[in-house]
Amino acid sequence: MRQNSLKQACSMTTALALILMAGAVCAKPVPAQKPGEPPVVTNNVDRPETSDEAVLALKSMTMPITATPLDKLPLDKFHLPDGFKLEVYASGLANGRSLQLGDKGTLFVGSRIAGRVYAVTNQDGKRAVKIIAKGLHRPNGVAFHDGTLYVAEISKISKYPDIEAHLDQPPAPVTIYDDLPKDEAHGWKFIKVGPDNKLYVPIGAPGNNLIPPETHAQIRRMDLDGKNVEIVARGVRNTVGFDWNPATKLLTFTDNGRDWVSEELPNDELNVLTKPGQEHFGYPFCHQGNLPDPEYGWGKSCADYTAPVGLLGAHTAALGMRFYTGTQFPAQYQGGIFIAQHGSWNKTQKTGGQVVFAKLGSDGKVTSVEPFLTGFLENNELIGRPVDVQVTPDGALLVSDDLNGAIYRISYDAKHAAK
Amino acid sequence: MRIPLALAVATVLTGPVLAAGPSIEGCTACHGAGTSQTEGIPSLGGMPALYVTNQLFMFREGQRKADPMNSLAEPMSDEDLQAYGAAIATLPAPTYQGPAADAERVARANAAIAKHRCASCHGAQLGGDKGVPRIRGQREEYLVTALTTYKTSERAGFDPQMNEVAGELSPNEIADLAYAIARKP
Repeated sequence: MRQNSLKQACSMTTALALILMAGAVCAKPVPAQKPGEPPVVTNNVDRPETSDEAVLALKSMTMPITATPLDKLPLDKFHLPDGFKLEVYASGLANGRSLQLGDKGTLFVGSRIAGRVYAVTNQDGKRAVKIIAKGLHRPNGVAFHDGTLYVAEISKISKYPDIEAHLDQPPAPVTIYDDLPKDEAHGWKFIKVGPDNKLYVPIGAPGNNLIPPETHAQIRRMDLDGKNVEIVARGVRNTVGFDWNPATKLLTFTDNGRDWVSEELPNDELNVLTKPGQEHFGYPFCHQGNLPDPEYGWGKSCADYTAPVGLLGAHTAALGMRFYTGTQFPAQYQGGIFIAQHGSWNKTQKTGGQVVFAKLGSDGKVTSVEPFLTGFLENNELIGRPVDVQVTPDGALLVSDDLNGAIYRISYDAKHAAK
Repeated sequence: MRIPLALAVATVLTGPVLAAGPSIEGCTACHGAGTSQTEGIPSLGGMPALYVTNQLFMFREGQRKADPMNSLAEPMSDEDLQAYGAAIATLPAPTYQGPAADAERVARANAAIAKHRCASCHGAQLGGDKGVPRIRGQREEYLVTALTTYKTSERAGFDPQMNEVAGELSPNEIADLAYAIARKP
């Protein structure tokens, strides 16, 4: 009832509405239109009218930057399929996010607001966490190739040659590329070296939903010295995880859908790039392959954009992903994809906060998405937030959790699986 | 044992740190005892402990720049940051005392607050929660600076929510928001 009267009041001219409402918040003031003049357009399509109660029900999603002490990690809340076991691989990595393994077994871990890059060494089962760089500008992206560590900050990519031999005294970073925008919004990067020996670098849209500048909402690739840069994919809102299909060698990436359309739409996407440089993945005109944008979809057809191969749920924040290439897990996991879902904020009943497993059909499309590591969501609050996954040479799966600043290791033991 | 600079100064002034928490006299000397009387320096009263702890973390790591906060936070351990966060959170919230706010500007600001859904994180009364700051009753010029530097990406938050939202604000909207939020009773 109250919402109806509020709506009616809000549909009158602003001045009249203000008098009637005596100070109540008018969610969407409509400016007066004078006869003979074009309608006054308010630019609020991005954030449509929502009741006060609905807005408050969303609640904030904030968490400590500091890491959770080892003995306080909520390990007993986590669930895995039968036969799988979770242990703490490393803790105390405040805000630890993207994962990348070095040739000698060092796990490199990027971060966002902590500004640090961590190295977790692993010698004869003894692990140690070192901070190898700090004070960086959202160094979310870490890539490793031929002994060299590449670190992506918001507007700069640097390399640390022969890093595993110099973890205690890392070499001075050498900037290889800095022709990047400086926007904080979706400015942090996941990076990785592809099978073509090129470095892949995404640049997110600088906001929720907008016509991006030519420099944004895309994936670029470049030689390892930062030269020969080309745009390989357009219409990508914000990908924070990708990998190459070991069978097809095609780039496969997650992309986070826009906010404020509805609780259930649009889905985050799993995409495959088949024609580098020639494909547009829809943002901001078409979401999830079949949903024209309420604002920018007019005059556009979803058929003109590359549709996703799989849908990953609305607002789940699908981030890091890797194809399972090990042999330790049961055969059904071979060739499928583990995907970390960081968890929603733009949703009343929170979702995500888990690692899912996506199976692909022979046509390359996702046939199922099943929960794998769950339990991060308790009483509609996230108690952990998976960011990235990494398959280790022995076939285990590492998972980063930036809420707790911990890395988990998931292994499989057939003997302990239920018969 | 490492002793933070601010703590060391406070210790000299007030004697040993009690188990109840660190002395925050060094903090309130500039920030005021809840309400800041100093231009450009935010009021800390009513701030959630986690917000303060996270900001101190960012100051310590150089992720947020403001003299002298970077040097004050530099020697602190994570436990120090949390202790200061908890101690600051006990300060009384600022309340606006001044002439009545201009109703037209308040109405414009309220429309912007609804449009940009400020309450979904900052709460119905803009009092903040967990990692989200109390903004109600904050100093007006500090709010203008905060929103402007979020808009230009000079300032980062825990996550980029504020960069996204402030990116959509015009300077006039920022001025109205700061005016009204600072005067919100």
